[in-house]
Amino acid sequence: MDRVKVKGAIDKHQVLLYALSTCGWCKMTKAYLRDSDIAYEYIDVDKITPDERETIHQDIKKRGSRLAFPTIIIDDKTIITGFKKDEIKKALGL
Amino acid sequence: MTSLENIKRRAENNAKKHGYFLNPDPDFLQNLIVGLKENEDRYGFASCPCRLGSGNFEWDRDIICPCDYRDPDVEEFGQCFCALYVSKDVVEGKRPMQPIPERRPQEKVDRAIGKAPEKTVKSEAVSETSDTNRKLFYCKVCGYVTFREEPPHKCPICQAKQEMFGEIVLGTDIQVR
Repeated sequence: MDRVKVKGAIDKHQVLLYALSTCGWCKMTKAYLRDSDIAYEYIDVDKITPDERETIHQDIKKRGSRLAFPTIIIDDKTIITGFKKDEIKKALGL
Repeated sequence: MTSLENIKRRAENNAKKHGYFLNPDPDFLQNLIVGLKENEDRYGFASCPCRLGSGNFEWDRDIICPCDYRDPDVEEFGQCFCALYVSKDVVEGKRPMQPIPERRPQEKVDRAIGKAPEKTVKSEAVSETSDTNRKLFYCKVCGYVTFREEPPHKCPICQAKQEMFGEIVLGTDIQVR
């Protein structure tokens, strides 16, 4: 399961985004991270196999969240469901 | 293959009919229309662009746009899950557009992964939790009947206002009030 890497000048945090290629909120999240010059990685979950989807589902579940998009995981500890700009900002120290 | 214009027109007509509006942000709206077209092209039906679809019609029928959750979500949050359909308050800027919680039952969400356990695969096995608050309403003007949590903002058939809807209470004797 390949993660798409997006380069950014701010790379002190590890940012992983689970997205859907079709979703408006996911596109806004990607645009926000890009415009904020944040380095991040994403996976479009609608484009991967059922086995890979299940792996991601389990990852989200074990972190106490529900499978919904976008889901952003910052530094392997903070999980944010939905494009909640303030929460993302805070977690990234922006 | 359906064109973007067709999908947009379909959404516009549906919004008009039900007293809703489409997302007032042109870029946001365009992204959603493109997402709907992508789903229609790959699955054969335009399922919600903001939810993971399985591509199986039976499993995804509740999220084919407009989804089963649109009406209660617009009622409660002023917008649907995707924010394709919004209320007048949102268009007028009295209410913000924001991410809202997922109303779709968890079993149905899980099934979209395509790896759900065998026992929940049959559609009958999924509880219709979203149905528990739904009631029957009828339009006193034209007789249109609908099954949902609140009466519609306006009648999609005759355009009568919400106030013109009455609830149908089913019992041993059918009563209207």
